[in-house]
Amino acid sequence: MPRLSVWMIRAALTHLGIGFLFGGLMLANKGVPFEPSLWRLLPVHIDLLLIGWLLQLAMGVAFWIAPRFSDRPRYGRAWLVWAAFILLNSGVLLNAWGDWSGTPVATFIGWCCILSAGLCFVIHLVPRIKPLAIT
Amino acid sequence: MPVLARYTIKTALVHLALALVIGLALAAQSVFQLPAFIATLRPVFLHLLIVGWLTQLIFGVATWMFPKYSKEQPRGNPQLGWTVYLLLNLGLILRAIGEPLIVLQPGSIGGPSLVISALLQVTAGWLFIITIWPRVKER
Repeated sequence: MPRLSVWMIRAALTHLGIGFLFGGLMLANKGVPFEPSLWRLLPVHIDLLLIGWLLQLAMGVAFWIAPRFSDRPRYGRAWLVWAAFILLNSGVLLNAWGDWSGTPVATFIGWCCILSAGLCFVIHLVPRIKPLAIT
Repeated sequence: MPVLARYTIKTALVHLALALVIGLALAAQSVFQLPAFIATLRPVFLHLLIVGWLTQLIFGVATWMFPKYSKEQPRGNPQLGWTVYLLLNLGLILRAIGEPLIVLQPGSIGGPSLVISALLQVTAGWLFIITIWPRVKER
């Protein structure tokens, strides 16, 4: 597994842990109410699990297992995926902060980061979606 | 494919089928004037799909395909893996029971069952992270 995939998958696992914790707090609060403000975690919970966990895990695994090139660099333009990694995690954190604090500008900038991360990743991966024999 | 991965992936497929049935029931409710309690199943539908299907499928495939932990224990501690499987699915079942109960019969066992469901699912998620973390590594 390449180093970048290790970073992305471990970051995704971290989002999973925090996302599950927030979800668990809200679910417990639904069963036996103890803190009404916990409902504000709902958009953060969704962002962490859909973008931080599922999307980032898919990116990390795709970078690892998609066909490589015969010539170096074998993983293609990896810097694009490093950029995606930084942008995606910054975006999720900005989103979470924006949703929690009620700062729509932070949420907007967060989504801009996530969109840029997606574009970087797509530009990186398209040339690697190829038959194995093609270099 | 190891036994745990097979169980996990097959259970994920069961969750997928159940989620789609509930999704159909939710869509049919307003068309055919089905019982109102069906509307209380929307969070169950979403979580069967995202947790029971997608996340559990990932757990199963990761258990199967991620780099080996060691030669002696290629997939790490098997007891931990089975604990994750049991806790996650028990948690989801309790939620599927508790969500409609809490609306239809407030003050019933629905409330405590959601608290236990939350504990089980969070524990399952964290135990999975503990199990898989050392296997996320460079060659």
